[in-house]
Amino acid sequence: MKQSNQTLKKTLLYLALIIGVLITIIPFYWMIIGATNKSGDVFNIPPTFLPGSNLLENLTNLNESILIWKSLFNSLFIAITYTLIGLVLCAAAGYAFAKFDFKGRNVIFVILILSMMIPYQATIIPLFQLFAKLDWMNTYSAVILPQLVYVFPIFLMRQNMKALPDSLIEAARIDSAGEFYIFFRIALPTMKPALAAVAIFLFNHQWNNFMWPLVVMNTKDMFTLPVALSTLAGQDSIDYGQAMLGTTISVLPVIVIFLFMQKHFVSGILGGAVKG
Amino acid sequence: MQYSLAENNEPEGSGQVKGKQKKKFVTAKTMPYLLLAPILILFSIFYVYPIIYSVLLSFQTRVRGEYVFAGLKNYSRLIEDPIFYKALGNSMIILVIQVPLMLTLAVLMAVALNSSFLKLKGLFRIGFFSPVLTSLVAASVIFMLLLNKDYGLFNYVITSIGFQPIGWLSDGYWPLVTLIIVTTWRWAGYNMVILLAGLQNISNDLYEAASIDGASKVKQFFYITLPQLKPVLLVTFIMSTIGSFQLFDEPYTLTGGGPNNRTLTLTLYLYQHGFTYFDFGYASAITYAVVLIVAILSIVQFKLAGEKE
Repeated sequence: MKQSNQTLKKTLLYLALIIGVLITIIPFYWMIIGATNKSGDVFNIPPTFLPGSNLLENLTNLNESILIWKSLFNSLFIAITYTLIGLVLCAAAGYAFAKFDFKGRNVIFVILILSMMIPYQATIIPLFQLFAKLDWMNTYSAVILPQLVYVFPIFLMRQNMKALPDSLIEAARIDSAGEFYIFFRIALPTMKPALAAVAIFLFNHQWNNFMWPLVVMNTKDMFTLPVALSTLAGQDSIDYGQAMLGTTISVLPVIVIFLFMQKHFVSGILGGAVKG
Repeated sequence: MQYSLAENNEPEGSGQVKGKQKKKFVTAKTMPYLLLAPILILFSIFYVYPIIYSVLLSFQTRVRGEYVFAGLKNYSRLIEDPIFYKALGNSMIILVIQVPLMLTLAVLMAVALNSSFLKLKGLFRIGFFSPVLTSLVAASVIFMLLLNKDYGLFNYVITSIGFQPIGWLSDGYWPLVTLIIVTTWRWAGYNMVILLAGLQNISNDLYEAASIDGASKVKQFFYITLPQLKPVLLVTFIMSTIGSFQLFDEPYTLTGGGPNNRTLTLTLYLYQHGFTYFDFGYASAITYAVVLIVAILSIVQFKLAGEKE
């Protein structure tokens, strides 16, 4: 009696989980269906449940309406540049806070941490005026520069850098290695897992960034993918074939990163709340 | 002194050194400042300056193209602005319904995935986590297709079981429900993974002791799992609260705040005043209302969690 009760419970749990995962996955499947069918065909009654053969035509149309390849390039260029610069800056700051005892360290650190309490929206209007005055609107720098000030990954790097043994740094100093040599050649290489996680965190942050690029980018050829997608969605009659294909293209790079760096990906996206 | 060695390597007496060998600039003493300089410069220009300037802006109003000091005018306007309350109400509804709903789902998924006998854990975990791979705009666009009134998959299912189609993006309070569905889909798995890590830190001894004492699984959940999970739950709750007051991408893409401001959020309202009407003074006042609310809510949550302990 007890045995069969247990089996029933297990079966129910599996059933609930499978239904849950299906519900989670269906929107992705529907995205693929939409991307490969004619816009009208998605709306047949009953709907098409299989991928169609309209992918290339959707792609041609999509590129006419939102310059999808240029938007993909913009998004990739901005996110990669941002990640590389941001990674060095965050690692440098994290290393300074974790491994040096200097005047003002605690004050600066507390100010940075407190600044996290103020949502970034508070900066948007003055930044808009600043970039307008500098005549930097509609440029990559306008999207990249303000986002470089991101305290959370600095905090993450500091936590990780603390694990770096002091003896390693001291030994290098005794060998009269320069401070920059120690940072780039000793500290950074031992921090590879943390750097990977922070890189993914930064990339994803910039990849999904929407409000600020929406404010500063104002021509089609400079739009990032989220901005370009939102213009598609804002049209009166949406071409769903195009919209779903654009969405698919915007999700693919993240899926690729996820597949190749799954372990770092989870801890990266969650900002170190979870070790992969 | 920790760094005396490095300093001793440098020649002393600057008069002697001049011309022969430049005094080393990069030492263990100057290094932290050099490391921090770039980020602090950027921080001053792109964070400190805008924050101070937007405080000032919130006390200014535009008169014939010029911003002039107007005292508390923007704030008194805000207190009497029905649309502001509408947006505040929407954010509150999302906070009160969406956050508990999402976190309950996340806890259930995490507890289920933490069952010792479960197989294919990794696969389930990836499945639930996958919506995190989409940007918020992408998630919204996908749901626009699913929720289309005439032809969407949701309404196809609903009408096939005999109900009237629902205007997910247009009728009554459904647009707000849509917003709740999309944000829950996008974030439940994210919170699940955080909670799962919290669960794995709970000692097995607690459960073993409870089993020996004859406590049922349900009792164990309420008397061991939830209390032990509280710190992690609090983190997810605070993050979600802040998130619901900053909600922008989804309502902008799905509904633009409509119909009749039924999905207007505070951040969307501030965007409208800033970049549709270019009323920077009023938009800044809205911003600081958001800042204040988020700060108060975070403090209240910390207090509540602290007192129960």
